[in-house]
Amino acid sequence: MNKILLIIRREYLTRVRKRAFIIMTILGPIIFASFMVVPYLLVNLEDSDIKTIAVVELDEQNAPVPKENLIFNNIFESKDKLKFEYLSNIDAITVENLIQYSGYYGVLILNHRLLNEQNIDIRFFTKKQPSIGIESHISQSLENFLFERNLEKMNLSPEVIKSYKPHIKLKVSRLEKGEFKEQKLIDLKRGIGYAAGFLIYFFVFFFGAQVMRGVIEEKTNRIVEVIVTSVRPFQLMIGKIAGIALVGLTQFLAWILLTMGIYQFAMTQFTNPLKMAQQTQQMQPMGNTIMNSPMIQQDNTEAPAMVKALNSIKPSFYFYLLGTFIFYFIFGYLLYGAMFAAIGSAVDSETDTQQFMLPVTIPLIISIIVMINAITNPEGQLVYWFSIIPFTSPVVMMARIPFEPPVGDLILSMALLVGTFLAMTWVAGKVYRTGILMYGKKVSYKEIFKWLTYKG
Amino acid sequence: MPLFEALNIDKSYGQYKALDDVTIHVPEGSIYGLLGPNGAGKTTLIRIINRITAPDKGELILGGKKLTIKDVIQIGYLPEERGLYKKMKVGEQSLYLAQLKGLSKNDAMKKLKFWFEKFDMTHWWNKKIEELSKGMAQKVQFIITVLHNPKLLIFDEPFSGFDPVNATMLKKEVLDLKKNGTTIIFSTHDMASVEELCDHITLIDKAKTILEGRVSDIKQQYKTHLFELTYMGNTDTLLQKLNDDYSITHSKTMPGGEKLIRIQLQEKSNGNELLTKVLAHVEILAFREVLPSMNEVFIKAVSKNSNTSNHE
Repeated sequence: MNKILLIIRREYLTRVRKRAFIIMTILGPIIFASFMVVPYLLVNLEDSDIKTIAVVELDEQNAPVPKENLIFNNIFESKDKLKFEYLSNIDAITVENLIQYSGYYGVLILNHRLLNEQNIDIRFFTKKQPSIGIESHISQSLENFLFERNLEKMNLSPEVIKSYKPHIKLKVSRLEKGEFKEQKLIDLKRGIGYAAGFLIYFFVFFFGAQVMRGVIEEKTNRIVEVIVTSVRPFQLMIGKIAGIALVGLTQFLAWILLTMGIYQFAMTQFTNPLKMAQQTQQMQPMGNTIMNSPMIQQDNTEAPAMVKALNSIKPSFYFYLLGTFIFYFIFGYLLYGAMFAAIGSAVDSETDTQQFMLPVTIPLIISIIVMINAITNPEGQLVYWFSIIPFTSPVVMMARIPFEPPVGDLILSMALLVGTFLAMTWVAGKVYRTGILMYGKKVSYKEIFKWLTYKG
Repeated sequence: MPLFEALNIDKSYGQYKALDDVTIHVPEGSIYGLLGPNGAGKTTLIRIINRITAPDKGELILGGKKLTIKDVIQIGYLPEERGLYKKMKVGEQSLYLAQLKGLSKNDAMKKLKFWFEKFDMTHWWNKKIEELSKGMAQKVQFIITVLHNPKLLIFDEPFSGFDPVNATMLKKEVLDLKKNGTTIIFSTHDMASVEELCDHITLIDKAKTILEGRVSDIKQQYKTHLFELTYMGNTDTLLQKLNDDYSITHSKTMPGGEKLIRIQLQEKSNGNELLTKVLAHVEILAFREVLPSMNEVFIKAVSKNSNTSNHE
């Protein structure tokens, strides 16, 4: 059997048989899902308390207003977790106590001067930072109320006002290759781009580090000296990188299958409303928060929209997506794998790797930051350049892929990536060959640079 | 005819010269000692022979032909720093390394079975290396080194880490390998084992060969005209008969009453002259020329070399 194949086989089998691999394969989709869901869960958990806001009216002289004279009574619509209580006969001192000691989330003070004067500040006292939703809900409701009241003064009946009041819902469509795409679809594509980019980032880091650890293990074990009498160091390095790539792909495939299984299961749950209702009832109150998390679904009515969006994507798009993903996945990993291998060979133990990790971690971290940026603006200059630069392109380009970037960009980015990969492998091979047999020496960048000139 | 030759090998790492015009001729079927102080360049030479690194200059000849990368299968190497995959099982690991050397799986299995039975270690097959003692792991490594019947074996400090029983057993194996026609390059600091095993040696110091040849020739070359005489009789009478050409370096009386002295001769006189001078005065029990041990040769050659290089 070819020696590289033997090495790949060993690297693959020893890793796939490990208990950690099996556990990771099963837990992976769960951990991944929780990565996305947990932040939303936390936001929702915080929101789960019902917030009650006390509305206090004062007349123009800041005196208490009796119940029968309340003007702003019931003008605020209660929203799911937000309630309003309208208090009467409250003077300025009581207001202070209310703010200090009552269980109210906040106290809103409305002065009757509001009715006649414009540009009056309204005070909302609270101990916590209110969300933007609460702020805008209050000011919008108040604005509407005052506007309608003024119109009523001009003898327009509430019905007339209501009939003239426009109701706007902005629906964004985007021209893409001569076709207009719905916003829902765009959101979906953003999600796909984000997930793909993140997966590549994660794999490069996770499996790249495994390459590094494997090299350090062989070096500290001193077995490398035996092996390099049978195979060339370059073969050993390539075999290791390829073997671990296969481990990664295996894990990835297992995750896809598992996730698809989970997805199928979830879909049958969604399409069966009866079962769904049961489920939500059973799962109260936890179920409530999960169902409310935007990553899953807002509510039942949204589910078909998502499904519709999913179904409106052409199958050819999936092939395109999968093809480019696998390309960037493999070459991104290979590029960084070679760097990780070189680092592993240059040091004696994992604790010494720090000084050489920067050239690996910095571009990776930049790429994840730019990629997140690309979610909101996939066609910006920044995103364009980082999707061309080879060290960041595997992650950043994935955010652009769902929006089908010009073929020229894609070819340029891919060609640069392959070229850089070849150059990096050559450099890494040189470093590796010298490094694996170098013991007990603190190595510097200058030293490594010298290794490049050594004769094989 | 030499099985292996390294001719005029040069190797530098940046400014540092690791080997400077080193030449060795390893006769077929011999045990060839590769000696030298730490940092002399032995490991670099071994790595060059193993094709782990390439020399800057010079030629490597195996069996009369230039050594190519394909010839590594003809070489077995036991490095000084032993190492195996700790988490891998003994059998699986041996099989893997044997296959890397180019053996087929079946072949490797057969040979491994033979050696494991010979060393009585078949029950280790499914153990992980980390479960074995250091000596046990070294045995596994020895087997892996010789398994593919290489023509040329390179042992770097093969006996370190072994208890006397296992070291003796291993020495016997090394001699058996030699008997079967394997040529062995043997690098060590243990001069006693050099005396025991080696036919030829080369001594490398500061990147250069300072001594090469047959062990017996080298000892002749380094002999100091020291003779050892065991006798019965009066020492004083004996000493009176010896003039200034002779000096006693060592004398003692053995438990049985016989006396032993070492006599240093001037270069111009020889053992026979000494013998005729003492023959009439004492009863001679034994007489021999004391040849230097390899240890003495080593120290002498290296210190001489450092003196000359200091004068430069």
